[in-house]
Amino acid sequence: MLKRIGLGVLLLGALALGAGWWITAPARVDASRFTGVSGDPVAGETVYWASGCASCHTEKGADSRLVLAGGVRLESDFGAFVAPNISPHPTEGIGGWTLTDFANAMLLGTSPDGRHYYPAFPYASYVRMTDKNLADLWAFLQTLPASDRVSEPHDLGFPYSIRAAVGGWKLLYANTDWVADAPTPVLERGRYLVEALGHCAECHTPRDQFGGLDLTRWMAGAPNPSGRGRIPGISPAQLDWLEADIAYYLETGFTPDFDSAGGSMASVVRNLSNLTAEDRNAIAAYVAALPPAD
Amino acid sequence: MSISRSLLFTAAFALAAGTALAGGHQGNPAVKARQSHMQLYQHNLGILGGMARGRVEYNADLAVGAAQNLATLTTLNQMSYWTPGTSTDDLGDETRALPAIWEEGGFAKAVEIGTAMAAAAQNLAAVAGDGQAAIGPALGAVGQSCNACHEAFQQPRN
Repeated sequence: MLKRIGLGVLLLGALALGAGWWITAPARVDASRFTGVSGDPVAGETVYWASGCASCHTEKGADSRLVLAGGVRLESDFGAFVAPNISPHPTEGIGGWTLTDFANAMLLGTSPDGRHYYPAFPYASYVRMTDKNLADLWAFLQTLPASDRVSEPHDLGFPYSIRAAVGGWKLLYANTDWVADAPTPVLERGRYLVEALGHCAECHTPRDQFGGLDLTRWMAGAPNPSGRGRIPGISPAQLDWLEADIAYYLETGFTPDFDSAGGSMASVVRNLSNLTAEDRNAIAAYVAALPPAD
Repeated sequence: MSISRSLLFTAAFALAAGTALAGGHQGNPAVKARQSHMQLYQHNLGILGGMARGRVEYNADLAVGAAQNLATLTTLNQMSYWTPGTSTDDLGDETRALPAIWEEGGFAKAVEIGTAMAAAAQNLAAVAGDGQAAIGPALGAVGQSCNACHEAFQQPRN
Protein backbone atom coordinates (compact mmCIF):
# COMPACT_ATOMS: atom_id res chain seq x y z
CA MET A 1 0.00 0.00 0.00
CA LEU A 2 2.74 2.40 1.07
CA LYS A 3 4.65 1.42 -1.99
CA ARG A 4 1.63 2.30 -4.13
CA ILE A 5 1.24 5.70 -2.48
CA GLY A 6 4.91 6.34 -2.95
CA LEU A 7 4.61 5.42 -6.60
CA GLY A 8 1.55 7.68 -6.97
CA VAL A 9 3.36 10.60 -5.38
CA LEU A 10 6.33 10.02 -7.62
CA LEU A 11 4.10 9.89 -10.68
CA LEU A 12 2.23 13.04 -9.68
CA GLY A 13 5.51 14.78 -8.98
CA ALA A 14 6.84 13.79 -12.36
CA LEU A 15 3.61 14.97 -13.99
CA ALA A 16 3.75 18.30 -12.19
CA LEU A 17 7.38 18.72 -13.17
CA GLY A 18 6.56 17.79 -16.74
CA ALA A 19 3.58 20.14 -16.80
CA GLY A 20 5.69 22.91 -15.30
CA TRP A 21 8.35 22.31 -17.88
CA TRP A 22 5.79 22.33 -20.67
CA ILE A 23 4.00 25.47 -19.43
CA THR A 24 7.20 27.41 -18.98
CA ALA A 25 8.91 26.17 -22.15
CA PRO A 26 9.98 28.94 -24.55
CA ALA A 27 6.95 29.83 -26.68
CA ARG A 28 6.95 30.55 -30.41
CA VAL A 29 4.60 32.51 -32.62
CA ASP A 30 2.47 30.61 -35.12
CA ALA A 31 4.64 29.84 -38.15
CA SER A 32 2.12 31.42 -40.53
CA ARG A 33 1.49 34.56 -38.48
CA PHE A 34 3.70 36.81 -40.59
CA THR A 35 2.76 35.40 -43.98
CA GLY A 36 1.57 38.37 -46.00
CA VAL A 37 2.86 40.96 -43.51
CA SER A 38 5.36 43.05 -45.42
CA GLY A 39 7.65 45.47 -43.67
CA ASP A 40 8.32 49.04 -44.76
CA PRO A 41 11.82 50.20 -43.78
CA VAL A 42 10.77 53.87 -43.69
CA ALA A 43 8.04 53.16 -41.15
CA GLY A 44 10.55 50.86 -39.48
CA GLU A 45 12.90 53.73 -38.78
CA THR A 46 10.24 55.37 -36.62
CA VAL A 47 9.74 52.09 -34.78
CA TYR A 48 13.51 51.87 -34.34
CA TRP A 49 13.86 55.26 -32.67
CA ALA A 50 10.72 54.83 -30.61
CA SER A 51 11.85 51.41 -29.40
CA GLY A 52 15.25 52.62 -28.24
CA CYS A 53 17.26 49.74 -29.77
CA ALA A 54 20.31 51.99 -30.10
CA SER A 55 20.49 52.71 -26.38
CA CYS A 56 21.66 49.20 -25.54
CA HIS A 57 22.78 47.71 -28.83
CA THR A 58 25.22 50.38 -30.00
CA GLU A 59 28.60 50.38 -28.31
CA LYS A 60 28.90 52.80 -25.42
CA GLY A 61 30.37 56.05 -26.65
CA ALA A 62 29.91 55.10 -30.31
CA ASP A 63 29.22 58.00 -32.64
CA SER A 64 26.84 56.05 -34.81
CA ARG A 65 23.41 55.20 -33.46
CA LEU A 66 22.96 52.73 -36.29
CA VAL A 67 25.74 50.16 -35.81
CA LEU A 68 24.08 47.60 -33.56
CA ALA A 69 27.27 45.88 -32.46
CA GLY A 70 26.09 45.46 -28.87
CA GLY A 71 28.33 45.60 -25.84
CA VAL A 72 26.49 47.82 -23.37
CA ARG A 73 26.58 46.23 -19.92
CA LEU A 74 23.46 46.51 -17.77
CA GLU A 75 24.72 46.03 -14.23
CA SER A 76 21.90 44.77 -12.03
CA ASP A 77 21.29 42.99 -8.73
CA PHE A 78 21.20 39.74 -10.69
CA GLY A 79 24.56 40.31 -12.38
CA ALA A 80 25.59 42.00 -15.61
CA PHE A 81 23.58 41.62 -18.81
CA VAL A 82 25.58 42.36 -21.94
CA ALA A 83 23.59 43.49 -24.97
CA PRO A 84 24.45 41.32 -27.99
CA ASN A 85 25.30 42.19 -31.57
CA ILE A 86 21.98 42.52 -33.45
CA SER A 87 23.42 44.02 -36.62
CA PRO A 88 22.68 42.21 -39.91
CA HIS A 89 26.02 40.36 -39.78
CA PRO A 90 25.30 36.76 -40.91
CA THR A 91 27.17 35.02 -38.07
CA GLU A 92 27.94 37.55 -35.31
CA GLY A 93 24.67 39.44 -35.68
CA ILE A 94 21.15 38.39 -36.59
CA GLY A 95 21.60 38.42 -40.37
CA GLY A 96 20.75 34.73 -40.52
CA TRP A 97 17.38 35.16 -38.84
CA THR A 98 13.93 35.10 -40.42
CA LEU A 99 11.14 37.54 -39.60
CA THR A 100 9.55 34.77 -37.53
CA ASP A 101 12.78 34.31 -35.55
CA PHE A 102 12.76 38.05 -34.94
CA ALA A 103 9.11 37.94 -33.80
CA ASN A 104 9.85 35.09 -31.40
CA ALA A 105 12.65 37.13 -29.87
CA MET A 106 10.90 40.50 -29.75
CA LEU A 107 7.44 39.37 -28.67
CA LEU A 108 8.06 36.18 -26.69
CA GLY A 109 11.69 36.39 -25.60
CA THR A 110 12.57 33.14 -27.36
CA SER A 111 15.81 32.67 -29.27
CA PRO A 112 15.96 30.85 -32.64
CA ASP A 113 17.50 27.85 -30.85
CA GLY A 114 14.59 27.77 -28.41
CA ARG A 115 16.04 29.32 -25.28
CA HIS A 116 14.57 32.01 -23.05
CA TYR A 117 16.04 35.48 -23.27
CA TYR A 118 16.37 37.32 -20.00
CA PRO A 119 13.84 40.14 -19.53
CA ALA A 120 16.63 42.73 -19.48
CA PHE A 121 15.66 42.57 -23.16
CA PRO A 122 12.27 44.27 -22.81
CA TYR A 123 10.13 41.80 -24.76
CA ALA A 124 7.52 42.01 -22.00
CA SER A 125 6.86 45.52 -23.38
CA TYR A 126 7.51 44.81 -27.07
CA VAL A 127 4.92 42.01 -26.93
CA ARG A 128 2.31 44.77 -27.38
CA MET A 129 3.83 45.82 -30.73
CA THR A 130 1.70 45.38 -33.86
CA ASP A 131 2.73 42.71 -36.36
CA LYS A 132 3.04 45.40 -39.02
CA ASN A 133 5.44 47.48 -36.93
CA LEU A 134 7.45 44.39 -36.09
CA ALA A 135 7.86 43.67 -39.80
CA ASP A 136 8.65 47.36 -40.44
CA LEU A 137 11.41 47.29 -37.84
CA TRP A 138 12.80 44.07 -39.26
CA ALA A 139 12.89 45.67 -42.71
CA PHE A 140 14.69 48.73 -41.33
CA LEU A 141 17.27 46.63 -39.48
CA GLN A 142 18.24 45.03 -42.82
CA THR A 143 19.35 48.47 -44.06
CA LEU A 144 21.86 48.98 -41.20
CA PRO A 145 25.59 48.24 -41.36
CA ALA A 146 26.83 44.81 -40.27
CA SER A 147 29.32 44.54 -37.43
CA ASP A 148 31.54 41.53 -36.81
CA ARG A 149 31.92 42.26 -33.11
CA VAL A 150 31.55 39.03 -31.15
CA SER A 151 28.79 39.13 -28.51
CA GLU A 152 29.87 38.54 -24.93
CA PRO A 153 28.07 36.20 -22.53
CA HIS A 154 26.09 37.64 -19.64
CA ASP A 155 27.82 37.63 -16.30
CA LEU A 156 25.13 36.37 -13.92
CA GLY A 157 25.31 34.73 -10.52
CA PHE A 158 23.50 31.52 -9.56
CA PRO A 159 20.50 30.96 -9.61
CA TYR A 160 19.85 33.71 -12.17
CA SER A 161 22.15 31.90 -14.58
CA ILE A 162 19.42 29.23 -14.99
CA ARG A 163 17.41 30.35 -17.99
CA ALA A 164 14.57 27.87 -17.43
CA ALA A 165 13.38 30.01 -14.51
CA VAL A 166 12.67 32.82 -16.97
CA GLY A 167 9.72 30.74 -18.23
CA GLY A 168 7.96 31.16 -14.91
CA TRP A 169 8.72 34.85 -14.95
CA LYS A 170 7.12 35.20 -18.37
CA LEU A 171 3.98 33.43 -17.19
CA LEU A 172 3.66 35.93 -14.37
CA TYR A 173 4.60 39.16 -16.10
CA ALA A 174 4.59 39.02 -19.90
CA ASN A 175 1.25 39.73 -21.55
CA THR A 176 -0.34 42.02 -24.10
CA ASP A 177 -2.63 43.88 -21.69
CA TRP A 178 -2.44 47.66 -21.65
CA VAL A 179 -1.92 49.33 -18.31
CA ALA A 180 -3.35 52.83 -18.71
CA ASP A 181 -6.66 53.91 -20.24
CA ALA A 182 -6.48 55.65 -23.59
CA PRO A 183 -9.82 57.24 -24.41
CA THR A 184 -8.61 59.41 -27.32
CA PRO A 185 -6.58 58.64 -30.46
CA VAL A 186 -3.69 60.81 -29.21
CA LEU A 187 -3.61 58.99 -25.88
CA GLU A 188 -3.85 55.68 -27.69
CA ARG A 189 -0.84 56.57 -29.81
CA GLY A 190 0.98 57.79 -26.72
CA ARG A 191 0.18 54.59 -24.87
CA TYR A 192 1.48 52.53 -27.77
CA LEU A 193 4.70 54.54 -27.87
CA VAL A 194 5.17 54.37 -24.08
CA GLU A 195 3.91 50.93 -23.10
CA ALA A 196 4.86 48.94 -26.21
CA LEU A 197 7.75 50.52 -28.12
CA GLY A 198 9.37 52.93 -25.68
CA HIS A 199 9.21 50.44 -22.78
CA CYS A 200 9.45 53.44 -20.42
CA ALA A 201 8.02 51.48 -17.49
CA GLU A 202 10.96 49.08 -17.54
CA CYS A 203 12.97 51.76 -15.73
CA HIS A 204 10.34 54.18 -14.40
CA THR A 205 8.17 51.59 -12.59
CA PRO A 206 9.36 49.78 -9.46
CA ARG A 207 9.61 45.99 -9.50
CA ASP A 208 8.39 43.37 -7.07
CA GLN A 209 10.57 40.73 -5.42
CA PHE A 210 10.62 38.57 -8.56
CA GLY A 211 11.62 41.37 -10.86
CA GLY A 212 8.18 41.98 -12.38
CA LEU A 213 6.78 45.49 -12.81
CA ASP A 214 4.52 46.56 -9.92
CA LEU A 215 1.49 47.72 -11.91
CA THR A 216 -0.03 49.35 -8.82
CA ARG A 217 2.88 51.80 -8.82
CA TRP A 218 2.97 52.50 -12.55
CA MET A 219 5.68 55.07 -13.41
CA ALA A 220 6.22 55.94 -9.74
CA GLY A 221 10.01 55.82 -10.08
CA ALA A 222 12.46 53.10 -9.11
CA PRO A 223 16.03 52.49 -8.07
CA ASN A 224 18.51 52.90 -10.89
CA PRO A 225 18.92 49.33 -12.19
CA SER A 226 22.56 49.98 -12.96
CA GLY A 227 24.22 52.09 -10.33
CA ARG A 228 23.45 54.68 -7.73
CA GLY A 229 20.69 57.22 -7.88
CA ARG A 230 17.06 56.78 -8.84
CA ILE A 231 15.09 56.69 -12.04
CA PRO A 232 12.58 59.44 -11.28
CA GLY A 233 8.86 58.89 -11.07
CA ILE A 234 6.95 60.49 -13.95
CA SER A 235 3.37 60.11 -12.76
CA PRO A 236 1.71 63.39 -11.72
CA ALA A 237 2.55 62.52 -8.09
CA GLN A 238 6.22 63.10 -8.94
CA LEU A 239 6.21 65.25 -12.07
CA ASP A 240 4.19 68.45 -12.37
CA TRP A 241 5.45 69.53 -15.80
CA LEU A 242 3.04 70.76 -18.43
CA GLU A 243 2.47 68.53 -21.44
CA ALA A 244 4.43 70.98 -23.59
CA ASP A 245 7.33 70.84 -21.11
CA ILE A 246 7.45 67.06 -21.37
CA ALA A 247 7.40 67.17 -25.17
CA TYR A 248 10.17 69.80 -25.24
CA TYR A 249 12.26 67.69 -22.85
CA LEU A 250 11.85 64.62 -25.07
CA GLU A 251 12.98 66.67 -28.06
CA THR A 252 15.89 68.59 -26.52
CA GLY A 253 16.72 67.09 -23.13
CA PHE A 254 16.07 70.45 -21.46
CA THR A 255 13.95 70.43 -18.29
CA PRO A 256 11.60 73.39 -17.69
CA ASP A 257 14.34 75.10 -15.66
CA PHE A 258 16.98 74.25 -18.27
CA ASP A 259 18.85 71.57 -16.49
CA SER A 260 19.54 68.81 -18.99
CA ALA A 261 18.82 65.09 -19.23
CA GLY A 262 21.49 62.83 -17.82
CA GLY A 263 22.35 59.16 -17.58
CA SER A 264 20.40 56.74 -19.74
CA MET A 265 17.62 59.32 -20.29
CA ALA A 266 20.02 61.40 -22.40
CA SER A 267 20.27 58.40 -24.70
CA VAL A 268 16.48 58.09 -24.75
CA VAL A 269 16.22 61.75 -25.76
CA ARG A 270 18.69 61.17 -28.59
CA ASN A 271 16.37 58.44 -29.86
CA LEU A 272 13.13 60.35 -29.38
CA SER A 273 14.49 63.52 -30.99
CA ASN A 274 14.21 61.55 -34.26
CA LEU A 275 10.44 61.12 -33.90
CA THR A 276 7.87 63.53 -35.25
CA ALA A 277 6.61 66.31 -32.97
CA GLU A 278 3.18 64.62 -33.09
CA ASP A 279 4.61 61.43 -31.63
CA ARG A 280 6.50 63.26 -28.89
CA ASN A 281 3.33 65.19 -28.09
CA ALA A 282 1.42 61.90 -27.86
CA ILE A 283 3.96 60.55 -25.38
CA ALA A 284 3.69 63.77 -23.39
CA ALA A 285 -0.12 63.54 -23.41
CA TYR A 286 0.06 59.98 -22.10
CA VAL A 287 2.51 60.89 -19.33
CA ALA A 288 0.51 63.95 -18.29
CA ALA A 289 -2.69 61.87 -18.16
CA LEU A 290 -1.21 59.12 -15.97
CA PRO A 291 -2.99 58.55 -12.67
CA PRO A 292 -0.80 59.67 -9.75
CA ALA A 293 1.13 56.72 -8.27
CA ASP A 294 3.29 56.62 -5.16
CA MET B 1 35.88 72.38 41.25
CA SER B 2 38.53 70.95 39.08
CA ILE B 3 36.10 68.33 37.77
CA SER B 4 33.47 70.89 36.85
CA ARG B 5 36.17 73.03 35.27
CA SER B 6 37.39 70.21 33.13
CA LEU B 7 33.80 69.41 32.23
CA LEU B 8 33.33 73.00 31.20
CA PHE B 9 36.51 72.85 29.20
CA THR B 10 35.37 69.66 27.50
CA ALA B 11 32.00 71.20 26.70
CA ALA B 12 33.63 74.32 25.29
CA PHE B 13 36.01 72.23 23.25
CA ALA B 14 33.16 70.09 21.90
CA LEU B 15 31.23 73.23 20.99
CA ALA B 16 34.23 74.70 19.20
CA ALA B 17 34.93 71.44 17.40
CA GLY B 18 31.27 71.19 16.41
CA THR B 19 31.33 74.70 15.02
CA ALA B 20 34.51 73.96 13.13
CA LEU B 21 32.99 70.79 11.71
CA ALA B 22 29.82 72.58 10.70
CA GLY B 23 31.96 75.29 9.13
CA GLY B 24 33.92 72.68 7.23
CA HIS B 25 30.74 71.03 6.00
CA GLN B 26 29.98 73.71 3.46
CA GLY B 27 31.05 71.38 0.72
CA ASN B 28 33.98 70.57 -1.43
CA PRO B 29 35.17 73.75 -3.16
CA ALA B 30 35.76 71.99 -6.47
CA VAL B 31 32.22 70.60 -6.44
CA LYS B 32 30.81 74.00 -5.57
CA ALA B 33 32.78 75.63 -8.37
CA ARG B 34 31.56 73.24 -11.05
CA GLN B 35 27.99 73.37 -9.79
CA SER B 36 28.19 77.16 -9.98
CA HIS B 37 29.48 76.89 -13.52
CA MET B 38 26.54 74.64 -14.43
CA GLN B 39 24.19 77.08 -12.72
CA LEU B 40 25.43 79.85 -14.98
CA TYR B 41 24.86 77.66 -18.03
CA GLN B 42 21.36 76.93 -16.80
CA HIS B 43 20.53 80.59 -16.17
CA ASN B 44 21.60 81.72 -19.62
CA LEU B 45 20.04 78.71 -21.34
CA GLY B 46 16.80 79.54 -19.54
CA ILE B 47 16.69 83.05 -21.01
CA LEU B 48 17.22 81.72 -24.52
CA GLY B 49 14.92 78.74 -24.00
CA GLY B 50 12.08 80.92 -22.81
CA MET B 51 12.29 82.89 -26.05
CA ALA B 52 12.78 79.79 -28.21
CA ARG B 53 9.63 78.25 -26.76
CA GLY B 54 7.66 81.49 -27.09
CA ARG B 55 7.19 81.74 -23.35
CA VAL B 56 9.04 85.05 -23.15
CA GLU B 57 8.94 87.81 -25.72
CA TYR B 58 11.99 87.85 -27.97
CA ASN B 59 14.53 90.50 -27.09
CA ALA B 60 17.63 90.61 -29.29
CA ASP B 61 19.88 92.29 -26.70
CA LEU B 62 18.95 89.81 -23.98
CA ALA B 63 19.31 86.88 -26.36
CA VAL B 64 22.72 87.94 -27.64
CA GLY B 65 23.90 88.71 -24.12
CA ALA B 66 22.87 85.30 -22.82
CA ALA B 67 24.36 83.50 -25.81
CA GLN B 68 27.62 85.39 -25.45
CA ASN B 69 27.72 84.47 -21.78
CA LEU B 70 27.31 80.83 -22.73
CA ALA B 71 30.07 81.09 -25.30
CA THR B 72 32.34 82.75 -22.76
CA LEU B 73 31.59 80.10 -20.15
CA THR B 74 32.73 77.39 -22.55
CA THR B 75 36.13 79.08 -22.79
CA LEU B 76 36.82 79.08 -19.04
CA ASN B 77 39.56 76.77 -17.87
CA GLN B 78 37.83 74.23 -15.63
CA MET B 79 40.86 72.14 -14.69
CA SER B 80 40.73 73.20 -11.05
CA TYR B 81 37.06 72.14 -10.70
CA TRP B 82 37.49 68.58 -11.89
CA THR B 83 40.10 67.47 -9.41
CA PRO B 84 40.69 63.75 -8.84
CA GLY B 85 39.10 62.45 -5.66
CA THR B 86 35.84 64.39 -6.13
CA SER B 87 33.60 61.76 -7.78
CA THR B 88 30.50 60.04 -6.41
CA ASP B 89 32.83 57.27 -5.21
CA ASP B 90 34.72 59.77 -3.06
CA LEU B 91 32.01 62.21 -1.97
CA GLY B 92 28.78 60.21 -2.16
CA ASP B 93 25.68 62.34 -2.56
CA GLU B 94 27.58 65.61 -2.51
CA THR B 95 28.24 65.26 -6.21
CA ARG B 96 26.73 63.50 -9.21
CA ALA B 97 30.05 63.42 -11.09
CA LEU B 98 30.74 59.78 -11.96
CA PRO B 99 34.23 58.28 -11.57
CA ALA B 100 34.19 57.70 -15.36
CA ILE B 101 35.40 61.29 -15.79
CA TRP B 102 38.73 60.35 -14.26
CA GLU B 103 38.97 56.89 -15.79
CA GLU B 104 40.84 55.96 -18.95
CA GLY B 105 39.57 58.02 -21.88
CA GLY B 106 37.16 60.04 -19.74
CA PHE B 107 39.05 63.28 -19.92
CA ALA B 108 39.55 63.04 -23.67
CA LYS B 109 35.82 62.45 -24.14
CA ALA B 110 34.99 65.42 -21.91
CA VAL B 111 37.31 67.63 -23.95
CA GLU B 112 35.71 66.39 -27.17
CA ILE B 113 32.21 67.19 -25.87
CA GLY B 114 33.41 70.54 -24.49
CA THR B 115 34.91 71.48 -27.85
CA ALA B 116 31.65 70.69 -29.62
CA MET B 117 29.77 72.69 -27.03
CA ALA B 118 32.04 75.70 -27.50
CA ALA B 119 31.44 75.62 -31.26
CA ALA B 120 27.67 75.28 -30.77
CA ALA B 121 27.63 78.13 -28.26
CA GLN B 122 29.61 80.40 -30.60
CA ASN B 123 27.15 79.64 -33.36
CA LEU B 124 24.26 80.41 -31.00
CA ALA B 125 25.85 83.75 -30.14
CA ALA B 126 26.24 84.50 -33.84
CA VAL B 127 22.56 83.89 -34.64
CA ALA B 128 20.84 84.93 -31.41
CA GLY B 129 20.28 88.45 -32.76
CA ASP B 130 18.61 87.18 -35.94
CA GLY B 131 15.16 86.77 -34.45
CA GLN B 132 13.18 84.31 -32.36
CA ALA B 133 13.09 81.54 -34.95
CA ALA B 134 16.88 81.31 -35.11
CA ILE B 135 17.30 80.46 -31.45
CA GLY B 136 15.58 77.08 -31.17
CA PRO B 137 17.76 75.02 -33.53
CA ALA B 138 21.01 76.65 -32.36
CA LEU B 139 20.01 76.11 -28.75
CA GLY B 140 19.19 72.48 -29.52
CA ALA B 141 22.73 71.97 -30.77
CA VAL B 142 24.13 73.26 -27.47
CA GLY B 143 21.72 70.98 -25.64
CA GLN B 144 23.13 67.95 -27.43
CA SER B 145 26.46 68.63 -25.76
CA CYS B 146 24.78 69.04 -22.37
CA ASN B 147 23.07 65.68 -22.83
CA ALA B 148 26.20 63.95 -24.13
CA CYS B 149 28.27 64.97 -21.12
CA HIS B 150 25.52 64.14 -18.65
CA GLU B 151 24.90 60.79 -20.33
CA ALA B 152 28.51 59.79 -19.96
CA PHE B 153 29.42 61.34 -16.66
CA GLN B 154 26.44 62.25 -14.49
CA GLN B 155 24.74 59.98 -11.97
CA PRO B 156 20.93 60.18 -11.77
CA ARG B 157 19.54 62.11 -8.82
CA ASN B 158 18.72 60.30 -5.60
